[in-house]
Amino acid sequence: MADKPRQVTLSNGLKVLLKEIHTAPLVSSWMWYRVGSRDEVSGRTGLSHWTEHMQFKGTPRYPGTVLDRAISREGGIWNAMTFLDWTTYYETMPSDRFDLALSLEADRMTNSLFDEKDVASERMVIISEREGSENEPLFQLGEALQQAAFRVHSYHHEVIGDMADLRTITRDMLYAHYRTYYVPNNAVLTVAGDFETKAMLARIRELFEPIPVGPVPPRLARPEPSQRGEIRVTVEGPGETAYVQVGYRFPSATHPDFFPLTVLDSLLAGPSSLNMFGGGISNKTSRLYRALVDKELAVSVSGGASATIDPFLYYFTLTVHPERTPAEVLTALDAEIERIQTGRVSRQEIARAVKQARAIFAYGSENITNQAFWLGFAEMFADYGWFLNYMDNLERVTPRDVQRVAREYLRPQSRIVGTFLPTGEA
Amino acid sequence: MTRKKRLHALPGADDIYRRVLPNGIVVLARPNFNSAAVTVSGYFPAGALAETEEKLGLADFVASALMRGTQKHNFDQIYNQLESVGASFGYDSGTHTTSFGGRSLAEDLPLLLKLFSETLRAPIFPADAVERLRAQLLTGLSLRAQDTSDMADMTFDQIMYAGHPYSLPGDGWPETVRAITREDLFAFHQSYFGPRGLVLAVVGGIDPEKAADAVERILGGWRAPDQKDMPSLPPHKLITKTVQRHYKIPGKSQSDVVIGTAGIYRKDPEYVAASLGNSVLGQFGMMGRIGDVVREKSGLAYYAYSNLSAGVGPGAWTVSAGVNPSNVKKTIDLVKRELERFVAKGVTKSELADSQANFIGRLPLSLESNGGVTNALLNIERYELGLDYYRQYADMIRRVTPRDVLQATRKYIDPERLGISVAGP
Repeated sequence: MADKPRQVTLSNGLKVLLKEIHTAPLVSSWMWYRVGSRDEVSGRTGLSHWTEHMQFKGTPRYPGTVLDRAISREGGIWNAMTFLDWTTYYETMPSDRFDLALSLEADRMTNSLFDEKDVASERMVIISEREGSENEPLFQLGEALQQAAFRVHSYHHEVIGDMADLRTITRDMLYAHYRTYYVPNNAVLTVAGDFETKAMLARIRELFEPIPVGPVPPRLARPEPSQRGEIRVTVEGPGETAYVQVGYRFPSATHPDFFPLTVLDSLLAGPSSLNMFGGGISNKTSRLYRALVDKELAVSVSGGASATIDPFLYYFTLTVHPERTPAEVLTALDAEIERIQTGRVSRQEIARAVKQARAIFAYGSENITNQAFWLGFAEMFADYGWFLNYMDNLERVTPRDVQRVAREYLRPQSRIVGTFLPTGEA
Repeated sequence: MTRKKRLHALPGADDIYRRVLPNGIVVLARPNFNSAAVTVSGYFPAGALAETEEKLGLADFVASALMRGTQKHNFDQIYNQLESVGASFGYDSGTHTTSFGGRSLAEDLPLLLKLFSETLRAPIFPADAVERLRAQLLTGLSLRAQDTSDMADMTFDQIMYAGHPYSLPGDGWPETVRAITREDLFAFHQSYFGPRGLVLAVVGGIDPEKAADAVERILGGWRAPDQKDMPSLPPHKLITKTVQRHYKIPGKSQSDVVIGTAGIYRKDPEYVAASLGNSVLGQFGMMGRIGDVVREKSGLAYYAYSNLSAGVGPGAWTVSAGVNPSNVKKTIDLVKRELERFVAKGVTKSELADSQANFIGRLPLSLESNGGVTNALLNIERYELGLDYYRQYADMIRRVTPRDVLQATRKYIDPERLGISVAGP
């Protein structure tokens, strides 16, 4: 991760980051757009994600089925994901067949069809995707927590969108969204793998530079006013297992406190992984596991932060032990939070968190697709420097920092407590 | 990570190191000097086949309990050693085998192997840890009962493998998990754990011979003279007509549907042709023909695909989809029609060529990570494929003809004898 990538901005504003890695005959490219669910107002929730689906339906040059067939024939993989702040498309291909991926991305930046018939069939597919998520208690609880946390900021809805909007969004809304945000000066292209930088850059210029620069797309930004008191939400549903999810206000990824908070997360709930592919490790010796799972109040615990542009949430998710109540779990969680706020945090604990992060980076580097992801991911909320300095910034965190952020951010007055109450089998 | 040394993209006889230890353990290793990490994984013959009906879930319980305490270290101490260096390790059980796997930075391989040996050979199943684990397993079962995908799979197995061990859930039932005692855990461990049949692969930033030495030092002296063989698998009889069953889970917004058949073994000569056929049916690109008719053309599902799970026993060949409860019948009809067409007409030359190109082209991607290579090595050993299997793979795939696919399809799929399961409202 220490090797610096080559960074170039084309004349139309497209930012390009390239990193040669010659460990396997593969190239992975990621096309990132600065648009996500945060750019959607009520009545149009889910537009970014649905647009992402439509990008697989084809252009006059590359009809959807033709593309899918061409990439799959080469043994490539391609997919896309939509998040709060960004949308990204990737292809990983054998290095000698890679040109197809670049041509495709250049083409669908401007030429996607958004055919009415495809819009209609994707409507059903996305509704089905949402219904699948609604089967999961934790999706329902997370959605309730998020909408309770954000009344003003557009982080208030799930990326997939509200069912009401999925039923009414039109082809023209989708197409307008696409044309507004899919311009080169709102995009970042990252490529990692087995190629020569000079030739790759020349080809990228040839394919992308003819695309005209567009108006700078607006970004929706309505700051969430500060929370004045704990919020509690309850969701009921079938089953026998209760969950508690607690969300605390977390700063943006560029805030200096992000790194002490990352260490705090590691100490309390085990290390989070920045890998999109490559995974993380278990958390059975984290403070919360010892206090809640070993003590048989919960059967599992996890913590998770997201690197976002605006302040979002940090979540603890706890599966309640069958013989315990959500209230007991919350009391025990609070006791552990108080312990880290007032007790002792050792240097060794921090050194351990740093070594864990280093190992997780090593796992993530085995995978070219993941390395190309890293190149672009940090660009969406900061820049690649954020990623390059990540380990150094973790190493600089002191016990005092960890305690300070624990006191400042893990306050009951600025949290949302969600409980999933099971209603039994039938 | 900066050392640039490139091996052949595909493992072969010249770079797979294989050693059989005197006690029967097989060690496989391959270097990846671009990686600062190392992956260890493998399996040994101890699985759910050895369980009684009253103690279903025993093999799974044992596998989960191995890491909960040994003669030298308790649960917290074991995980503290692992997690302090960012390593992970764990066990899982299946019908035939218990598998294990983990990874660490290359410098911590000795620790990983030491903890493996200790938890494998000297677990003490502490009473309090066992009870804590039991509560976790029971919670897992209550979540399973609410999971439409899990329950559709289980219901399918009950239809397709009635009277056969494959019909039984590996994680048991709440009453059988409650019935398992600490003594049962010890007895199972005593009977079925041993070096015979244990296969272990190490891949990463290590010298393969040194890795094998390290394994031999730690596990080479293990003897288990009383190690029992797993019971043999009874024959499987295909159902005589199509059977459909609905497992009710009220309050859900989506139903899962599984449609398919069973009877294919990994070592069947038709396996490769069937596997290519499966790709055309429901894997290639956006999930093949099934993805095309169920998702792309009808918009019925977010996911719809087929899966062929051929192993040492008669595996299942299924189509799965998650759909709105009101679309279940429509989906089943569509899938049945596709299966009828598949069996009547097989695949076209061009469809087959697509999937052949995909199978060959995707090899480097599936083998780029340490985990991908360990899987490949274990595959070679488990199914006796030969060390050059992945080097000869492209030729083997190219030799398959549409007629081979049709014959394989007809051997395994009878549209009049399907298992159809639905789980949902």
